[in-house]
Amino acid sequence: MKRRTLVKASLAAAVVATMQAGAAWAQNPVLKIGFVGVTSGPAAAWGISNQRSMETRAAWINEAGGYTIGGTTYDIEIVSFDDQKDPKRAIAGMEKMANEGIHYVVGPNVDDGAAAVRPVAEANGIMYFPYAFPKALYTAPASNAVLGMVANYQSGPAIYKYLKDEKGVKSVAFVAANESDPLSQRDGGVAAAEALGLEVVSSNVTYQVDTTDFTPVLTPVMRTRPDLLVLSGVSPANAPQLIRSARELGFQGIISTETAQDATVLSEGAGDLANGFISVGGASTPEIASDMMNEFVDRYTKMFGEYNDESNTKVYALEYILETIKANPAAIDDVEVFKTTMDSFEAPNPYMKGGAVLKYVGSSSFGQKRQVAVPLVVNVFQDGKFETLFVAEVD
Amino acid sequence: MEQILANGIYLGAQYAMIALGLTLIFALMNVLNFAHGQMYVLGGFVTYTFYGQLGLPFVLALTMSCVTLAVVGALIEKFLFGPVIRRSAREESTMLLAAGLAFFFDAVILLVFGEKQRGVPKIVDGVFNWDFRVIMPYDRILICVLAILSIVAFILFMQYSKTGRALRALAQDRTAAQLMGVNVERYSMIGFALGAMLAGLVGGLLVTITGINLGMGGPTSIKAFMMVMIGGAGVISGAIAGGIILGFMEAIGLAVLSQYGDITYLMIFVSLMIFLAIRPQGLMGKPWG
Repeated sequence: MKRRTLVKASLAAAVVATMQAGAAWAQNPVLKIGFVGVTSGPAAAWGISNQRSMETRAAWINEAGGYTIGGTTYDIEIVSFDDQKDPKRAIAGMEKMANEGIHYVVGPNVDDGAAAVRPVAEANGIMYFPYAFPKALYTAPASNAVLGMVANYQSGPAIYKYLKDEKGVKSVAFVAANESDPLSQRDGGVAAAEALGLEVVSSNVTYQVDTTDFTPVLTPVMRTRPDLLVLSGVSPANAPQLIRSARELGFQGIISTETAQDATVLSEGAGDLANGFISVGGASTPEIASDMMNEFVDRYTKMFGEYNDESNTKVYALEYILETIKANPAAIDDVEVFKTTMDSFEAPNPYMKGGAVLKYVGSSSFGQKRQVAVPLVVNVFQDGKFETLFVAEVD
Repeated sequence: MEQILANGIYLGAQYAMIALGLTLIFALMNVLNFAHGQMYVLGGFVTYTFYGQLGLPFVLALTMSCVTLAVVGALIEKFLFGPVIRRSAREESTMLLAAGLAFFFDAVILLVFGEKQRGVPKIVDGVFNWDFRVIMPYDRILICVLAILSIVAFILFMQYSKTGRALRALAQDRTAAQLMGVNVERYSMIGFALGAMLAGLVGGLLVTITGINLGMGGPTSIKAFMMVMIGGAGVISGAIAGGIILGFMEAIGLAVLSQYGDITYLMIFVSLMIFLAIRPQGLMGKPWG
């Protein structure tokens, strides 16, 4: 009998506690922001770093009491959908967002997914922030997509020029996975390299995205003896293995990519062989990270056990969405207002030291402001961590 | 040419090991284990945890991978495949169960080990370089030798041990084996555990070369099925032959066809379709199953 009473009392206490928690949660209205991207399979790291960045920032905002827009304070809720890198699933995900009345979505992570969701987004008044590079997504008449990072055709020329001028690079070889994103990035890279006067000694070699052993893949590339090996659109899962195989085959030149990477993954997978590897990052290197970026990294690490350096870039999309709506509260459920606001929007960049600002760019590449201005930070991996090689701006 | 041969031997040895466990389970229980690749991934993550994270000796970590997967395999057979096979005569029941297990393992691996690619310190440093004609890191050579030794040990175990003989009897004729006094339920469990253990062993060996991530399971299963189809389903020697053939086809294709883009696997799949149209039972399989 006593035991039954104890169980009843525990249950009652649990119910009351849950109701109180629910009441506390319900004090603020909820602003839902969506995420549609890949969080399973070989490319899971790309989407998970997006999702976890958003969840970390949302939890931080909610813990601080919410986000005030036009005199109303909102709790931020992240609604996530795993598209499994499948365009059909991405469409389903975007439809789910529309059904939930969500107007702002981060993702998808890849080209075909981002292209597939465009009609759904435009028909349902959704602004989305893909991590995909096709210019058609951001060029008129398209107007609902905003590029969430620096594109390879923006970072590649800057990196190649630096390596040509500073390191004496004369020849370059490209290797890419046999998928739309890496292949289009390879083609963009080849064009940029040729425009700079570099000799492209190999660009035909591609590999299956699920390749685990890259020695046979890289053997013919190494015979061309390039000064620079570019891993076009390489995923964080493949980068260390490619670097390791290239070095073990005797390659002594420079290896670079235009995608974001993770220092821990490189360190575990390639160790010292990854020293000197050049990639594009965000803003968490000590030279430029603000106190807020450092706190974000701490919170992310506490929440999920381990930080992902790709989140240096992915932290920005949610901040841009919220800050832009804050600048013009009518945009909260009207993306046309959001688009108008984008043209003149400017706010302090909380993640970088100095006077950096959040603003929309892309006029040079797309003819309209459809890109978030994340810093173009070119990193070099050295002894287990990234060091900033140089910082540039896009537009 | 020498490099192609070296790559072929290395790839063939590792592929043969992957296929062995899959074909063993198929031979014993007529189960297409779609979760074989996920078991391989789990084995890799166990070695990563003990060797890469906790700093224990590699051999101990590899043993832990084998033991963990053997236990997991035994439990899966006892509580999932065994009961399903007893209750359902339809083969698709075990296929669906295996597919469900693959998704389950993917989810568990994501929760426990995370989404990132993981790697461990090299077990041997240095690169063998024969005048740039053959370049092979010493750790690959070591893993290749270990894989070949493991395959030989497995064949000897199956050929000469009491358990191996019982398993072979079970694979040849389940009813006859039972009539001859073989404890079918017990040896089915041991066989499944052995198949899973082989997946764990190869996962633990290869994590030192390729690293590991949660997305490797599905593609690994597909390659394992290809090897089994080439060699003949349920035939141990066929799995080894299938692995070596696939390894050499991949090595040759990547070297010879690289200038035409990523068509190696396209050609392999086309070849496989033509081959199966001519010989559907594979190289060493029997047309009657």
